[in-house]
Amino acid sequence: MSTTVVSQKAIAAPTRNLADPDWVRYTLVGATLAIIGLFLILPLATVLISAFAKGWTAYSSSLSHPDTLAAIRLTLLTALITVPLTTVFGVSAAWAIARFQFRGKSLLVTLIDLPFSVSPVIAGLIYVLIFGAQGWLGPWLSDHDIKIVFAVPGIILATLFVTFPFVARELIPLMQEIGHEEEEAALSLGASGLQTFFRITLPNIKWGLLYGVLLCNARAMGEFGAVSVVSGHIRGLTNTLPLHVEVSYNEYDFVGSFASASLLAALAIVTLVLKALLEWQQQGKH
Amino acid sequence: MSITLQHISKHFGAFSALDDINLDIPEGELVALLGPSGCGKTTLLRIIAGLEHADEGQVFLKGDDVTRKPVKNRQIGFVFQHYALFRHMTVFDNIAFGLRVKPRKERPSESQIREKVHALLNLVQLDWLHDRFPDQLSGGQRQRIALARALAVEPSVLLLDEPFGALDASVRKDLRLWLRHLHHELNVTSIFVTHDQEEAMEVASQIVVLNHGKIEQKGTPSEIYDHPGSDFVSRFIGQTNVFHLKQEDNAWLQTAGIALDDPQGIIVHVRPHHIAVEKAADPANAPVYLHDWQHLGGTIRLELNRPGVNGSAATLYAEMPNEQFKELALQKGDRVALKIKHAHWFN
Repeated sequence: MSTTVVSQKAIAAPTRNLADPDWVRYTLVGATLAIIGLFLILPLATVLISAFAKGWTAYSSSLSHPDTLAAIRLTLLTALITVPLTTVFGVSAAWAIARFQFRGKSLLVTLIDLPFSVSPVIAGLIYVLIFGAQGWLGPWLSDHDIKIVFAVPGIILATLFVTFPFVARELIPLMQEIGHEEEEAALSLGASGLQTFFRITLPNIKWGLLYGVLLCNARAMGEFGAVSVVSGHIRGLTNTLPLHVEVSYNEYDFVGSFASASLLAALAIVTLVLKALLEWQQQGKH
Repeated sequence: MSITLQHISKHFGAFSALDDINLDIPEGELVALLGPSGCGKTTLLRIIAGLEHADEGQVFLKGDDVTRKPVKNRQIGFVFQHYALFRHMTVFDNIAFGLRVKPRKERPSESQIREKVHALLNLVQLDWLHDRFPDQLSGGQRQRIALARALAVEPSVLLLDEPFGALDASVRKDLRLWLRHLHHELNVTSIFVTHDQEEAMEVASQIVVLNHGKIEQKGTPSEIYDHPGSDFVSRFIGQTNVFHLKQEDNAWLQTAGIALDDPQGIIVHVRPHHIAVEKAADPANAPVYLHDWQHLGGTIRLELNRPGVNGSAATLYAEMPNEQFKELALQKGDRVALKIKHAHWFN
């Protein structure tokens, strides 16, 4: 009985004695809302207003311009290639780190985070220095007529560099928490390695995996810095959507620029909604 | 299926978890691997299962060398300490898993699977839970589902890692007897790991006592209890009084029937129920007195003090039936005479 009394007191105390006065609450909530409105909602609204400044026809015609369509295609292609590769890498890396003991494991975990701490511009520059005309592999590549920098492969490599921690980062703690026992149980019941992965491991990590893939996709489609360095900004060829926004803006094509930006903004909103849904789903599980 | 282990050794870095283990387990036995934590018993179980590999030595199942065989080909059923039920599957799907992952040629039809799963659920008396998820079950229920899942693939060896370790005391008591009866019914060679000597005595037909990666003794529960092979086994199994024979102890030990010049050894272990206690006929010459006593149900435990070195007192324990204690009508502080009926000597 004594424990219940104590816990009731503990719960009651903050609401009665430690609660902040009303004016503090209203000020803080109000300030937060104002800042979010000013710095997040207003710019987003500006994007839409500018995109539709000359009406629906101008908006749709600038989106259906061949250069814009090429940029959309390239962005989708980049995401289509990098996201699956990042996913495979993330699952393998998380598996290795969560399941095996080996020398240099903590170093590997730190290295996986490297793209988060390196400026994307530097990431792009690395590829120019390796694969560019004056780079280490430049002469060999031009002898064999292989184009990497200022071409699609360079864009994909740069995007891979900046996105590759996303899935691994999500999965490593998750797989460490889940542990190895269920997989061992499946193996002891006669399941093969692949059966164990698809029937036991994957269902257990699917929400975390989806979350990682979602964030990775958003970054792959939205990456600017690294891609900008290796792209060369060739209209209709090596411009992704974020680069196209910049190029159009610099050419005073505001409707075109903001119309492309509105697509990226829509992507951001869809990502946010899906992310919220996934988080809600995961909370339901626990 | 009989199990034979030959020269099994396993190291984790500099730590030697198992050191040259040799063991024969005949078909149909229910064996307990018993030892304190860190003695290597779980590692040994996992090596038999194929979940872990020995650095040296061989594992034979029914005479076949399976040392290099992966776990999925060993036909073993493994019950994990924390059950390891598949959390995203219902109880039914958990038990059906082993049947559904069989190669197409060996896989039973879905209706056969359903029949088998319900038969197993009835065996563990939990058919009404078939559509629940593991996190909706109690510990005891999870344990029984884990057992049913392991039995579904008709293993020839059943391995259980601390099967009752994570359960409440009352549930544990019930499940121990239930497991023993189930083993009688199925007659599958079974090994379970435990650190609880009472559990091993109650459930197993054979006990293997492990300490520091070595087998201390192997035998039936009564062999282990009545004839402990080493100082460690005697201390680990049941209660015992340990006397280091010294000159100072001579007087009272001789009155209790043990002579110091006994050639058998220098350490004597005496079980509490092997000490007969009576009121001293000559209190003046009886050094041991009743300090306290505890009621253990059918028996009474007597806490006896004897004068030790330099005026300190050492405690020894004796046990006797409740009725006998009432007849003696001993009071705290009464001088008593002891008679040691049986003792084990170790060097």
